[in-house]
Amino acid sequence: MSFINYPAREINCKIVYYGPGLCGKTTNLQFIYKKTNPDAKGKMISLATETERTLFFDFLPLSLGEIRGFKTRFHLYTVPGQVFYDASRKLILKGVDGIIFVADSQIERMEANVESIENLKINLIEQGYSLDSIPYVIQYNKRDLPNAAPIEEMRKLLNPNGVPEFESVASEGPGVFETLKSVAKLVLVELKKGGGG
Amino acid sequence: MSFSQLILYEEEFHKINDVLTKLYSETNAKVIFLVDRNGQLIANTGETENLDTTSLASLTAGNIAATGSMAKLLGEKEFTIIFHEGYRDNIYISIVGRRVIMVVIFDERSSLGLVRLRAKKSGDDLTKIFDDLLNKVDSKTEEGVSPFAEITDDDIDKLFSE
Repeated sequence: MSFINYPAREINCKIVYYGPGLCGKTTNLQFIYKKTNPDAKGKMISLATETERTLFFDFLPLSLGEIRGFKTRFHLYTVPGQVFYDASRKLILKGVDGIIFVADSQIERMEANVESIENLKINLIEQGYSLDSIPYVIQYNKRDLPNAAPIEEMRKLLNPNGVPEFESVASEGPGVFETLKSVAKLVLVELKKGGGG
Repeated sequence: MSFSQLILYEEEFHKINDVLTKLYSETNAKVIFLVDRNGQLIANTGETENLDTTSLASLTAGNIAATGSMAKLLGEKEFTIIFHEGYRDNIYISIVGRRVIMVVIFDERSSLGLVRLRAKKSGDDLTKIFDDLLNKVDSKTEEGVSPFAEITDDDIDKLFSE
């Protein structure tokens, strides 16, 4: 649910990175944080365990520039990917405007990917949203690994509806900004249509 | 979603600021801010120069969301107040009108009793303002007026051209 602030001339939107444990959601945010101009970003906050696994969420506020005199601000969140943190994932999806599903390309993680997408669908329905109507893109991460599954196979399993999809190596950067831009654009188009709620 | 999109207009923004400024002086607080339940900062007053209010807003919303889930597990509707006591500063968080979160940061110049008493009154005033605001947003939405209908695809493309 976007927040339009007329006095401050700001549009605020919330984007959530979803996906199975260790797929690279936090790594996406870390790369964006590292590569963004200091004027355009706030502090990155990670609520993580001692072993650097996401416990509740990561948060990164980002400015993407102005549109018709309104500053566009995107709040990027990640969910904790581990299965048993489902209660936290539900909370973070509240008020979401756009979703990036980060899939782990490693063959042995395909089942975890499928399980996580199913979990995303269920949690969205609980909030009164649907994956078919919300701005949504898929990122196939870790494409550099030797055990990465073929894209066609991943597409068949994870993207039967053909939403925008991107190949990435979040630790190095390729695909990270492309994915973010794509979903941010979809969110703004939705806002223009008068949706966003 | 049970709530429509949040849009803040000048008129309500000034009313909200008046309530916060009054509460600020009545309680001797350091900082007061309002956040929506999704973590978006709505307004703030006080010594905010060296404070990362964006991060605080997001964490406050996370805190309230987690506390709300705990309440449900106990069969409570919600916990409407959270209080954090520090060595120097304290944070008093309360839910206003079921959808907005009010955060009062105060030190030894004030007290929990005073903050609690005054915050309740301000919360009632804010509830009224937000009810009116939501009605206004809903009526504009029903009229089919998107505040961003005038954005063109070109405008959006331009934002992502670099």
